[in-house]
Amino acid sequence: MYTPDFHYHKAGSVAEAIEMLGHHEDSRLLAGGHSLLPLMRLRLARPATLIDIGGLDELRGIRVHEGHIHIGALTTHGEIARSHDVQHANPLVAEVAGGIGDPQVRNRGTIGGNLAHADPASDWGTIITVMDGSVEVQGPSGSRTIAIGDFFQGAFATAVADDEIVTGIRVPTLVRQGHGHGHDHGHGHDHGAESINGEVGEYAKMSHPASFYPVIGGAVVINAEGGRCVSARVAVGGLVPTPRRAPSVEAALAGQELTAGNLEAAANQLANDLGDEIIGDIFASADYRRAIAPVEVKHAMLHAIGLAHH
Amino acid sequence: MKVPIKLTVNGRSHESEVEARTLLVHYLRDDLGLTGTKIGCDTSQCGACVVRMNGSTVKSCTCLAVQADGAEVTTIEGLAQDGNLHPVQEAFWDNHGLQCGYCTAGMIMTVAELLERNPNPSAEEVRAGLEGNICRCTGYHNIVKAALAAAEAISSGAGGG
Amino acid sequence: MTTRIFGSGIRRREDPRLITGQASYTDDIKPAGLVHAAILRSPHGHARINSIDTSAAAAAPGVIAVYTGADTEGVLNPMPCAWVIPDSDVKAVAYPPIAKDVVRYVGDAVAVVVAEDRYQAEDALELINVDYEPLPTVINPEAAMQEGTPQLHEDAPNNQAFHWVAAGGDTDDAFANADVVVRDTIIQQKLIPNPMEPRSAIATYVPAMGELTIWNTTQNPHIARFVTCLVTGIPEHKIRVIAPEVGGGFGAKIAVYAWDMVTAFCAMKLGRPVKWTETRSENFVSTTHGRDHVEYVEMAANSDGRVTGVRSVVYAGMGAYLSTAAPGIPTILHGLMYSGPYDIANIKADIYGVFTNSTPVEAYRGAGRPEATFLLERLMDLVAAEVGKDPVEVRRMNLIPKFENGHDVAIGLTYDSGDYEGVLNVALEHVNYDQLRHDQAHGREHGRLTGIGVSCYCEICGLGPSQVAGAVGFGGGLWESATVRFYATGKVNVFIGTSPHGQGEETTFAQIMSDELGVPVDDVEVVHGDTDTTPMGWGTYGSRTTVVGGGALALSARKIKDKAITLAAHLLEAAEADIEYEDGNFFVRGAPDNGKSIQEIALMANVAWNMPEGMEPGLEATTFYDPPNFSYPFGAHVAVVNVDPDNGHIVLERYVAVDDCGPQINPMIVEGQVHGGVVQGAGQALWEGAVYDDNGQLLTGSMLDYALPRAHLVPDIETLSTVTPSPHNPLGVKGIGETGTIASTVTIYNAVIDALRPLGVTRLEMPLTPERVWRAIQEAGGHHGHGHSHGHGHGHDHGHDHGH
Repeated sequence: MYTPDFHYHKAGSVAEAIEMLGHHEDSRLLAGGHSLLPLMRLRLARPATLIDIGGLDELRGIRVHEGHIHIGALTTHGEIARSHDVQHANPLVAEVAGGIGDPQVRNRGTIGGNLAHADPASDWGTIITVMDGSVEVQGPSGSRTIAIGDFFQGAFATAVADDEIVTGIRVPTLVRQGHGHGHDHGHGHDHGAESINGEVGEYAKMSHPASFYPVIGGAVVINAEGGRCVSARVAVGGLVPTPRRAPSVEAALAGQELTAGNLEAAANQLANDLGDEIIGDIFASADYRRAIAPVEVKHAMLHAIGLAHH
Repeated sequence: MKVPIKLTVNGRSHESEVEARTLLVHYLRDDLGLTGTKIGCDTSQCGACVVRMNGSTVKSCTCLAVQADGAEVTTIEGLAQDGNLHPVQEAFWDNHGLQCGYCTAGMIMTVAELLERNPNPSAEEVRAGLEGNICRCTGYHNIVKAALAAAEAISSGAGGG
Repeated sequence: MTTRIFGSGIRRREDPRLITGQASYTDDIKPAGLVHAAILRSPHGHARINSIDTSAAAAAPGVIAVYTGADTEGVLNPMPCAWVIPDSDVKAVAYPPIAKDVVRYVGDAVAVVVAEDRYQAEDALELINVDYEPLPTVINPEAAMQEGTPQLHEDAPNNQAFHWVAAGGDTDDAFANADVVVRDTIIQQKLIPNPMEPRSAIATYVPAMGELTIWNTTQNPHIARFVTCLVTGIPEHKIRVIAPEVGGGFGAKIAVYAWDMVTAFCAMKLGRPVKWTETRSENFVSTTHGRDHVEYVEMAANSDGRVTGVRSVVYAGMGAYLSTAAPGIPTILHGLMYSGPYDIANIKADIYGVFTNSTPVEAYRGAGRPEATFLLERLMDLVAAEVGKDPVEVRRMNLIPKFENGHDVAIGLTYDSGDYEGVLNVALEHVNYDQLRHDQAHGREHGRLTGIGVSCYCEICGLGPSQVAGAVGFGGGLWESATVRFYATGKVNVFIGTSPHGQGEETTFAQIMSDELGVPVDDVEVVHGDTDTTPMGWGTYGSRTTVVGGGALALSARKIKDKAITLAAHLLEAAEADIEYEDGNFFVRGAPDNGKSIQEIALMANVAWNMPEGMEPGLEATTFYDPPNFSYPFGAHVAVVNVDPDNGHIVLERYVAVDDCGPQINPMIVEGQVHGGVVQGAGQALWEGAVYDDNGQLLTGSMLDYALPRAHLVPDIETLSTVTPSPHNPLGVKGIGETGTIASTVTIYNAVIDALRPLGVTRLEMPLTPERVWRAIQEAGGHHGHGHSHGHGHGHDHGHDHGH
């Protein structure tokens, strides 16, 4: 409840923030503060200096441009969830944003802060992974773009250097023709898998009942044509130290007819993509996570193509 | 280290010097004497400390006072206007939406925002909107009832809303 | 005739201050010159303290003082245990407010820092250097009694805190001759109460007067004063305890805490007001826990399901020390309730209290009775399964038939009144039980795992006759007092000894007052929570405030009425026998328009211009009411759950509570108590539980890890009631504060087991986390994997279902 003392600097620009990062030993960026402040209050983190980038409007905002959505790093989960542009261009991203944490977390927590924190089960980690997005960072020597596959280096570790700042996230739009999406659930499922042409995406997660942090999550994007899967991307979070794509599941789905049986069979390939290094804790052990991860992936698939039973 | 801040709380402007590490909730309670905002946890779970900052609800225990520099903050003390209770306050009272009252300020602030964003929510949407607020007394039943009643009152123009 | 105020669901008068942020809880209070205390707590489950170096902390910015156990020793007396049950070999081990030589749980106090502000105090805590020598720990209460386990206290061999046995009938005979015996091992996991307001104390000391004032988050300020006197040595009449607004208690604010005494110690040393407020993470280790039983339970029955005996061996964890009322909870409030609403001839409770290296255990909503109800209702379901009958049928054949004035049960209690079958029938009718079972069977054919749990309960409340309290070793009385004071203007103050903290008695007691004497309810103000201004009371717990304190109030009001009749007769120049009373009006029989209102009587009594011979001025009465018996609320609850066999996820679909607490003063408040109680009990079944590692570290030590019920995880609670007055108190009321919790844990548990029965799962440990359920399904080998129930079972917990 009472953080240790620290030096505080408010950055007036991204360049200034980068310069401060270089100048102050043991400094951390403060954006929404929803990852950092909780740790500081329990005195589990004690940076010497906080550089407040919360006022940098240049890091805020959403632009849709030529098949991509660009989301400023300081854009909050809530802003993303409520953005009509995002809802239209990639409903999966909007929907996931609307399910992160609680309303107050969504009001303050930022996509950049969330990704930089690199929690193994982070919703954004899993979603940007399944979308094959990328992260833009800026440092003393300029900007660079890190493909999401290279971004996570381990649990709570990223490829962002100490003097770099995450400035934005690029997410491809969903290529869709005509199919209702996740947010249609509950309004009836008269459409079937046959009606899907283009990409549909879905995310299923199990949340911790106390923290609401995701425990494990499964995300799928299925590109379908006439009831058949042309190609698919599948990612899971909360299983290994970083979000991970599931190539075996993707391969098993490609070319298949979108039936419940085929989806389940594909989801069951997940074990091939995980290895032995599964995370576990007192709420959900490694064994349990390993066993139910395919269930989550299957749920995501069923919902994505409108086969889920309500 | 001391940092100067300037902000508006419940319509009144304040200029203060605060320790950088002062949490907004401590600033409101200890410096401004606005003790209606409560502290129920230290991990951002309980929502007893929820206030509005520039219109959005925030957990004031997860926000430094310096981060509120330049902001407009509304606390439970600032919700009633001209002596008239906010419709959400009225609905909590009418529907026994509180018992010990400790979570109530945060609950009311959260419900007020929820109804601004979704004026006609279902019970399920209300419950989802309360994910960040813990009540140990009511079992949430009457809080949900109060939120739905407030929505009704606001949409029918009653209660001064 | 206007609507009677007694029984009317009027809005609470407490609420205006609470919904506007104007109420003052302890931490909101800021006396001039206030300084702040922070307590250094042991990071070890068990350790010897070799040395403590406080020099760096004492020199830190803003620090005023640092004290350790060496400073408090000999100044503060050890914390007393106030419920030493007789004939049980209770080991009232030394419980120093600050540990000096040995720490016995994570959270034990080691030192206190007082600083100008709380941030500085916290900084200084980190500068205290304690040299600990870790010792082995034991957490499980049954394991703690085995040979060779680590010993907490020299004078408590095998960590046994007490051993208590209660019996009625002949259980040996009943079990030897039973057609059917069912058994279970029940783990009543340790729970962390988590009232939303953390604990807090402010102490001021005026040396010139020798007076100590403590603002305190307590359920019982008068007991706090009494114990403060014992610990500090300050005479009781020089101590004032104020319970301002208190943000929930649930039993965790009954105990008188060492930390409050330490705060008082600091104030006395420094001559300045000192505040200590725990952080939530601190609360998880420093404020008392609940439950923590390992139980071996058995039930004997005839082949038709008629129950002939119940018995237990229970290892009840006490934590590292005996908290204020702790020994009474698994014994008097648990073992004596083994008959529940049933007619069971042979009962035996064999209870061990056990020290463990964990936070002390105290009352937690229901306190012993949820555990008793749990084992009875669990065993009833097992008997039903064994004899092949519906669980409802077995319950029905064992219920005590309706009675209105006293029924003796084998364990020695006399229940007040009950209609257990009546309340069960209301519940079954409301849910349409046969249809529910039909739907369940139909769902199962389609792979849907629905479970139905039905429970009956009867609980002991309204604590209680003081003579009994004394006989069972309770270190005080259990009567209540109430003073009614009429002013000349006709307005009324009611001063009560009990100390509500969310239950709304400022409203319900005003309703009682208004109902008794016809004063407008808004003309009554109820004062509580300050030992200087209220008469003695023993506190708010055990669903006793309205039963005992309300009784005291009703009797005071009736004394006023008697005096008013005498005065009215005098003023109206009539015989007392001719005076009638109706709706606040005293009049000569047959002449209601020419009477004296209670307000006129109040004026005349207060000015005393014209009093009858020998009558004292004023209109005021005090009653010390000691109830002749406990009260026994009862009810029947039904839960419906769905379980997803793929991942073990449980959704509580429906909860129905039918309760009988006697006449309801304010039905809206009664329902609110039931809602909250039910959800708290659901918390134990589904989410809550303290988890320790082998070193005594609490792994669920914050709200990030310890899951409290949330709005989106519970349904609306359907509440119904019947009314069976208690013949044993002036208002006939029985208490409703704990019923929900007492019944709901096992009702939900039984529903989950019912859902999983087709898969071969017969028992689970709480909380019923998805992984535990999933594992049980795997181990039973009954994973059907139909893939039909997903959408539903997943309900609220999945990203794709959020907010759409």
